[in-house]
Amino acid sequence: MVKHAKPKTFYDTFERRGAGEKNTTYCPGCGHGNAHKLIAEVIDELGIQDRVIFCSPVGCSVFAYYYFDTGNVQCSHGRAPAVATGLARARDNAVVISYQGDGDLAGIGMGAIMHAANRGEHMAVFFINNAIYGMTGGQMAPTTLVGQKTTTTPFGRTPGREGYPIHMCELINELQAPVYIERVSLGDAARIMRAKRAVKQALLNQVHKKGFSFVEILSPCPINWKMTPIEARKWLIETMEPLFPVKVFRNIEEPSVKYEPPKLLSDEELVALFSATKEIEIPVSPREVEDQYIKIAGFGGQGVMSAGVFLANCAIKEGFNATWLPSYGPEMRGGTANASVIISNNQIGTPLVSSPNVLIAMNAPSLDTFENTVVPGGLVIVNSSLVPRKLRREDVQTIYAPVTEIAKDVGLIAAASVVALTLYACISGAVQIETIKKVIPLSLKKKALVDINLKAVEAAVEYYQKNIE
Amino acid sequence: MAKQLIKGNEAVVYGALLGGATHFFGYPITPASEIAHAAAEYFVSTGRCFLQAEDEVNAVNMLYGAASAGGRVMTASSGPGIALMSEGLSYLAGAELPAVVVDVQRAGPGLGNIWPEQADYNMVVKGGGHGNYRNIVLAPVSAQEMCDFAYRAFELADRYRMTVFILADAYIGQIMEAVEVPTKVLHSPRKDWALYGDRESRHNLITSILMNTELLYHHNKKLQEKYARLERELVEWEEYDTSDAEFLFVAYGISARISLSVVRELRRLNLKAGLLRPRTLYPFPGARIAELSRQVDQMAVVELSNGQMAADVELAAKRPVLKYNWMGGKVPSIEEVLELARQDMKQTATVRG
Repeated sequence: MVKHAKPKTFYDTFERRGAGEKNTTYCPGCGHGNAHKLIAEVIDELGIQDRVIFCSPVGCSVFAYYYFDTGNVQCSHGRAPAVATGLARARDNAVVISYQGDGDLAGIGMGAIMHAANRGEHMAVFFINNAIYGMTGGQMAPTTLVGQKTTTTPFGRTPGREGYPIHMCELINELQAPVYIERVSLGDAARIMRAKRAVKQALLNQVHKKGFSFVEILSPCPINWKMTPIEARKWLIETMEPLFPVKVFRNIEEPSVKYEPPKLLSDEELVALFSATKEIEIPVSPREVEDQYIKIAGFGGQGVMSAGVFLANCAIKEGFNATWLPSYGPEMRGGTANASVIISNNQIGTPLVSSPNVLIAMNAPSLDTFENTVVPGGLVIVNSSLVPRKLRREDVQTIYAPVTEIAKDVGLIAAASVVALTLYACISGAVQIETIKKVIPLSLKKKALVDINLKAVEAAVEYYQKNIE
Repeated sequence: MAKQLIKGNEAVVYGALLGGATHFFGYPITPASEIAHAAAEYFVSTGRCFLQAEDEVNAVNMLYGAASAGGRVMTASSGPGIALMSEGLSYLAGAELPAVVVDVQRAGPGLGNIWPEQADYNMVVKGGGHGNYRNIVLAPVSAQEMCDFAYRAFELADRYRMTVFILADAYIGQIMEAVEVPTKVLHSPRKDWALYGDRESRHNLITSILMNTELLYHHNKKLQEKYARLERELVEWEEYDTSDAEFLFVAYGISARISLSVVRELRRLNLKAGLLRPRTLYPFPGARIAELSRQVDQMAVVELSNGQMAADVELAAKRPVLKYNWMGGKVPSIEEVLELARQDMKQTATVRG
């Protein structure tokens, strides 16, 4: 008589269950014992015990880690494919197994399994389909057959009420990425041998980094089916198999996507990537400036957001503290956009400018919106190319300058915001023209754009000297 | 000094990668999406892992998996997404897995809007999911702290084997300011409890299920002892003008910046105001708040919520505090808070007089 040795991938005694424990938590005639054994034997045969990380689900197999002497992760209900994704993406030497039941995989975890499959994650999924919830007490599963009685379908599953059983292999077979999909059965010894070949294929695919492999295992649950183990195997073959065809759905020998390990940047490269450019020496003790609370506003596309960023950038290059805060969200699309910029020698409190002492109004709606928010004595720069009216108040310093026309004259309307900033710099002295000229080449990638923006700065300075100074 | 102008939502990614982050799993949501954008660029270009998950429920479970495998893992989201992650966060706590989660708070409840609020405080600071667990919660006030906290967060997560939250808000995420980036890359040491897919780690088990009530009782006790330890070791706060303060503001995040501006205005008016800003919300600087509470006449908690942190301040101070609350995405101006404070200060003066 041949003595079947216990696979060495199983623990000799199940200490995590209890000291000296030799029995599993599974009921007589349950298919989990068969499925576990097949997986353990294949792990032995492939010599991958050390590399396996086994994800156990919520369901009857929640305690799979009692038995498998492999790396083990216990997952929340339905999420094992996501957990396995994390594992596979962290350890490319690991052979990651996600072992799930039908409630777990096809019910609560439907999203997780479909997306893991669709990404072609490197994992072998063993899907135990016994058409019922076992651990929680025999409730309807997504795979429960029409007419099948469960504790939540006491009159039998009715399509009008509960819909039809879900066929997972067929669903996953609609996706492009999986490399291997097969449905097997534990109905009898021959079928169990076939199931073992499928388990082996799925795990070999992991060893060879082929990709996502899915094996659905039709499995008996005599207790919840209210049958003897022999009746259950018979029902599995005669009733389940015709509805869930046992076959290879897909087996791709040469996957089109080849696994490539990522190329890790060294520490030095990583530090260099995130270091500040050192083209401009930032002074340790900057000049004294009055706190500048600036609101730059215009219509979307006038570049007021990037003008604000540019201004804040100039300020920090001079050693000041500076903040930039955008108006953002739906109001950015179409209407007026505005940015708050603060420049100060001191630590900056709130970055939101509600009472500016500088307003740069690039269009008429911006002036309408913000004119009354400016503090008395503040500075208002109005783009007179686009704002036809004068201010309605006299307690602020107002500069009307044809900003858009100046930009147009140098050949780039989009440089209008640079013209406005340059005028602001000339009038306030908060940032220096030299700084603006140094920061432009750092902010723009195209040489032609750099040149034209530098020309816009010159034109603005010239306008200032002629008309304002 | 090498400073660069960076957005808070980008600085947090710089800090994370320099702090040794290996994996980012996330799902887009305004106003946190820019973190995913920056992570998509920099995690991939540096050979780390970025993956856009199908939803937040699975994103946090990907963290669970990669953390089980010894990775330094992170995600970023906002209130609605964090709520979806609650299940996974509880599992992370149960299995004692280290993870970093950035919450850029938006206004709720429900879909609410995308403007700043600080109403995720209870959800994040008290735990959020089921079970007796806590998260370490860091509260950045600037783009610099978004970077610094992310840089440190992985070390803390590894040290205590728990989730570290960076609790920001839409403004702290959106703000651009000068940031000095760390120049040393941190790495996770090999963790003796994690799974590396090799012989040494084969016997390790990551789980949160303990069917035996005695075992689960002791596990819970152990977690509480860990929380008690970090309450002793980790609490951080910052004070401005508190030494002679008679009126104390307590605020974090964007509210702390507004409060700082208000304190300066009050000082200009010769009114003795000060500010305490928790840098950690869990652990909470309750002991220091209690001390200051004995010194000052009044305390005001400035908060973009219905007073969620104020409840903790009152608990610590053992007295009622003034609650300056804004909700729905409304952020007060300096003048609005100033006005409230001046009114309240006048009232105290009248009572005293």
